[in-house]
Amino acid sequence: MDSGKKGPPGGPPGGQSRPVHRNVGAWFLVLPALIPILVLSVGPLLYGIALAFTDAQSGRTRATQWVGGLNFQDLLHDTLFWDSFRIGLLWAVGVTVPQFVLALGLALLLNQKLRLRWLARALAIIPWAMPEVVVGIMWRLVYHPDAGVLNETIRDLGLGDGRDWLTGLATALPAVIVVGVWAGMPQTTVALLAGLQNTPHELHEAAALDGAGAWRRFRTVTWPALKPVALAITALNFIWNFNSFALVYVLTNGEPGGRTRLPMLFAYEEAFHYGQFGYAAAMGCVMVAVISVILAVYLAGRLGGGEDR
Amino acid sequence: MNPRTGGPARAAQYLVLLGYLVFLAFPFLWLISTAFKPARELGSLHPTWIPENPTLDNFRTAFDEQPLLQAAANSLLAAACAAFLAVLVATPMAYVMARHRSRLSTAATGWVVVSQAFPIVLMIIPLFLILKHLHLINTRWGLIMVYVVWALPFALWMLTGYVRAVPVELEEAASVDGAGRLRTLVSVTAPLLAPGIVATALFAFITAWNELFFALVLLKTPEKQTLPVVLTHFIGAEGAADLGPLAAAAFLATLPSLVIFAVIQRRITGGMTAGAVKS
Repeated sequence: MDSGKKGPPGGPPGGQSRPVHRNVGAWFLVLPALIPILVLSVGPLLYGIALAFTDAQSGRTRATQWVGGLNFQDLLHDTLFWDSFRIGLLWAVGVTVPQFVLALGLALLLNQKLRLRWLARALAIIPWAMPEVVVGIMWRLVYHPDAGVLNETIRDLGLGDGRDWLTGLATALPAVIVVGVWAGMPQTTVALLAGLQNTPHELHEAAALDGAGAWRRFRTVTWPALKPVALAITALNFIWNFNSFALVYVLTNGEPGGRTRLPMLFAYEEAFHYGQFGYAAAMGCVMVAVISVILAVYLAGRLGGGEDR
Repeated sequence: MNPRTGGPARAAQYLVLLGYLVFLAFPFLWLISTAFKPARELGSLHPTWIPENPTLDNFRTAFDEQPLLQAAANSLLAAACAAFLAVLVATPMAYVMARHRSRLSTAATGWVVVSQAFPIVLMIIPLFLILKHLHLINTRWGLIMVYVVWALPFALWMLTGYVRAVPVELEEAASVDGAGRLRTLVSVTAPLLAPGIVATALFAFITAWNELFFALVLLKTPEKQTLPVVLTHFIGAEGAADLGPLAAAAFLATLPSLVIFAVIQRRITGGMTAGAVKS
């Protein structure tokens, strides 16, 4: 995944496959995990892609039929879907970018010898370990128009009465984006911190002795070493955020007026409120395809511009 | 130490760090504060950070209004079984992936990464239909099976790192001494792996304990529902009277996750780099 190390793994050198009986033993060790993965992960994935080309619905007596690309044609003309798609992209970018910037800042701070590092470590557990449902409930309390700390602070500072953040048409999406940033920051920080601690310390000291300023040291020493980890974690974060469900389900359930209806929420309603299995599966396929394209373009661009190792 | 960092720069760093600490902590502090406030204070337009008349009423009300104990028991059962089964099936496979680099481990590693990228909605509909076929819809076992598979990618990844951290020379030494393959695994490798296995199991436990989406879709009977699902029933009509119990229930639901995570945090962050530990 994103272990930023490039060192040789500690295992034995591969290659030399030993006699066959050892490999048979290996298969026995692998099967207990492989079978569930095939039945409940690889299988459903292929099945899901197949479903996208059928008119599968829940609770219908008539047999499911192949309909070819009909679901995809319908999707093309489904403005509600494209609205939610646009919102999903806005949300994914709006969460991933600030998350990365804030996490990088925090990682750089924690890489210094500061006093309160242990406290930051302890507090970082909160967003990371909490159930997303609780994160959502907690921020609902923060945003609550009357009993929320945000409006209370605004009133105390004499800046007016505050707002109803989660139900305002203009404020709902920014409000949930802030929660998304808060929730995902620690994981990103830890990954980046691991990357930072792999930067050879001598390089830093050499650069400092040469009189390079902090910014130049970051640009020439820190960033090149951090880039692979940064790329991997950003790509993963983007995907996770684009596919997120629970947080926004609890915060706004897609309201007001669909302004926060992420694609996952839309597909969930389509599948489990209206029973449109085939149609929802087609949505899933479109989401996978678009994510793959975006990431391929992004990675190709970044890797092409950088120096590959 | 950094030779060029002077006093003002250091002060600025502390100031920024303080900002981070406040941002991370304040929502949770507010949740705790709300959980101990009487309804009267929540209804006033001037809520305070410290409850003026702290009370445990909200906790009582929460337990009276919602089947929290039942839900917590359901969550506990599902998370514990899923954690146990996940490490049971993942450990042998992780061992093979770490010790023999073959096409299988490449494929498995690829799958671990790729499986993170698919929207669950594409998986949940077929899963729903497959479980229906197996008569496992709306059963605890169906949910547990899904949780096991869901925990596997990360569990495999963590465990592979831990296996690599066990020097292969130790195993070789044991087999030179005439211990069979199985004996070596049980008496040499397993004890060294144990802390890593426990950390992985606890992580899988938290993942399942926190999970909402699958439970929401796969369980229909109220008696079987897990804690996150029951918590969502609180939401919606939030008059001042309901905010306290909502906060109290949410606070209780998150305690196990926070405690367990605090215990294993170092191993998780270590696990992120354990894959490259050199012996």
